[in-house]
Amino acid sequence: MAEVLERQNTYLAAFERLERELAAAGTPALHRLRKAAAARFAELGFPGPRDEEWRFTPLAPLARIPFEPAPHDRVGDSCSFRIPSVPKGVIVCRLSEAMHKHAALIEPHLARYADWKKHPFVALNTAFMCEGVFVYVPRGTVLEAPLFLDFHAGRDDDGRVWYHRSLVLLGENSQVTLVENYSGPMACTYFSNAVTEIVVGPGAMVDHYKLQREGDRAFHLAVMQVQIGRAANFSSHAVTQGGQWVRNEINAVFEDEGGECILNGLYQASGEQLVDNHTLIDHAHPHCASHELYKGILDGKAHGVFNGKIYVRQDAQKTDAKQTNQTLLLSDDATINTKPQLEIYADDVKCTHGATVGQLDAEAMFYLRSRGVGLAEARNLLIYAFANDILRRIQVASVREELERSLLQAHHLPAIDAGEEDV
Amino acid sequence: MLEINNLHARVEDKEILRGINLTVKAGEVHAIMGENGSGKSTLAGVLAGRDAYEVTEGEVRFDGKNLLELDPEERAREGIFLAFQYPVEIPGVSNTYFLKAAVNAIRKHRGLPEYDAREFLKLVKEKMKLIHMNEDLLKRPVNEGFSGGEKKRNEIFQMAVLDPRLAILDETDSGLDIDALKAVADGVNALRSPDRAIIVITHYQRLLNYIVPDRVHVLMRGRIVKSGGKELALELEERGYKWLEDSVREPQSV
Ligand SMILES: Nc1ncnc2c1ncn2[C@@H]1O[C@H](COP(=O)(O)OP(=O)(O)OP(=O)(O)O)[C@@H](O)[C@H]1O
Ligand SMILES: [Mg+2]
Repeated sequence: MAEVLERQNTYLAAFERLERELAAAGTPALHRLRKAAAARFAELGFPGPRDEEWRFTPLAPLARIPFEPAPHDRVGDSCSFRIPSVPKGVIVCRLSEAMHKHAALIEPHLARYADWKKHPFVALNTAFMCEGVFVYVPRGTVLEAPLFLDFHAGRDDDGRVWYHRSLVLLGENSQVTLVENYSGPMACTYFSNAVTEIVVGPGAMVDHYKLQREGDRAFHLAVMQVQIGRAANFSSHAVTQGGQWVRNEINAVFEDEGGECILNGLYQASGEQLVDNHTLIDHAHPHCASHELYKGILDGKAHGVFNGKIYVRQDAQKTDAKQTNQTLLLSDDATINTKPQLEIYADDVKCTHGATVGQLDAEAMFYLRSRGVGLAEARNLLIYAFANDILRRIQVASVREELERSLLQAHHLPAIDAGEEDV
Repeated sequence: MLEINNLHARVEDKEILRGINLTVKAGEVHAIMGENGSGKSTLAGVLAGRDAYEVTEGEVRFDGKNLLELDPEERAREGIFLAFQYPVEIPGVSNTYFLKAAVNAIRKHRGLPEYDAREFLKLVKEKMKLIHMNEDLLKRPVNEGFSGGEKKRNEIFQMAVLDPRLAILDETDSGLDIDALKAVADGVNALRSPDRAIIVITHYQRLLNYIVPDRVHVLMRGRIVKSGGKELALELEERGYKWLEDSVREPQSV
């Protein structure tokens, strides 16, 4: 307990030290927001052991380490973006740049959605927010090529915390494909605290991918907050592989009727990794559909947590919500805490959920072996198949193929022959 | 080729096979018939190496080798193929990817070089024609969403590609329309050769019009109670199984 308090103070002291430099980024209004968030963090503190939201996710490993923010002149190094060309009217730039150049555009949105008043780590991120990516796609504009956002820690980031903050604004009927990539070196203990806010305007479409391949000692806590407008469409695929301690949160809110939300995820963990996925879909309006499929593969002493909340508000009639969590436990010591949490206050709705936890299917194993495939290969093939069920849904070919290739390689399976098959 | 002597097998505490004796020579086609639950699939499963069953007595020799000692994949590599009564769906792996892994595992075992993409494709195309298999099914995940008939046809397609020495077909004819039945029969008949053997498990005489068996056996409560030529199938079709009851009556009722 004393340790936790002390750690809170480490973060607050860092804020005081860096305050002046932070204030230089953006308008006074933004800085007031930072200060309010820092003050809020001081009040909230780290989540306590009785906090239901953190019940299965031990915070002690994180609280034990006095992470310090990266030096201010380095803050820009950790993130970059790639896009072949930017259509007219579209803005893709660093958040720090946007804070100066596009203040009027970002101020009505930045930190308005991700709830720093309730969530201590969002509060921290908001207090330190300065660097990340800002994306603005005006109404009616379609970005054909995917936009890649890369967040990476370096060799000298041992003991450091990165606060990545991104804001994505989509005007009416616009479209974008976003690929967020998190990576870092092995044997380096850093903390990546990322908050992404996405506003999907009416009729707009976002195809979002998050690839988390942090180093093996990394702490990774990411919160994605999505506001889905009228008849808008948001689809997310989150692939989690790296890190020793990982918490992903996605909160999606339907802000009007007719929206669609897909949340798919694949998490692979072994050794002593902790991977926690918390999702919340808030059906606040009628006639919206959400589909969620999270699949996990846990080996060694890995610990998985899945919590899927679905709120269906009183007037959200004709809601169609489906949630599935499937976990493959490859060893006796791997564990999963999986919990669907449906709160339904409307009566004319279709909501289903299901969670399965199991080993590889014995009948499928026998089927493969009866065709001559050896025990180890059959096992690997079924693990691949289980994971590929998520990967094959990825629309960005380069991302999908790379993930498939590395999945096959990791399981000692031959490559798929080009052009011969689509599955 | 296959010699089964006094084979007993059980699941948990239930004895299902209770002394099977059967010899199948190279070049022969044997049909096994019998009521639901008589143990036909159990026998097929024991031969292919399904581990839900415990063999408590007896032995099985395949080309003189003790079959029961081998893992399922070793049996497959030695040339045993089981067409499943209920083929398994494997979402996430395409039919061709799976088959290529199987073919190459078997080729490796036989000391042959593994097929590359082009050689494999050639083999697949040739067998596809033989079985009238839709190319679309090849690209799809193994059996996922296949109709009942498509699954059965896929089993025969796999058999054709894997080129086994002993093929055991467990009710491959059930649920097939007449064209599919002919396609299956064509596939099986194409496999017929002096150094191969086939065991066909079926409830219907109909299939045996297309795949004419050398021997027909009736399995009842875990034993073969009658064997005969192809006329036996016709007789069963007419008379059912009741008349054979006497031959399995036990000295003491269980
Ligand atoms: N895994 C198992 N657990 C319990 N009982 C089993 C198992 N497998 C088979 N049995 C039982 O063994 C008996 C024989 O089953 P089997 O599947 O071999 O019959 P079959 O002759 O193939 O029947 P059908 O014509 O219906 O396919 C049945 O009574 C069945 O319920
Ligand atoms: Mg059967």
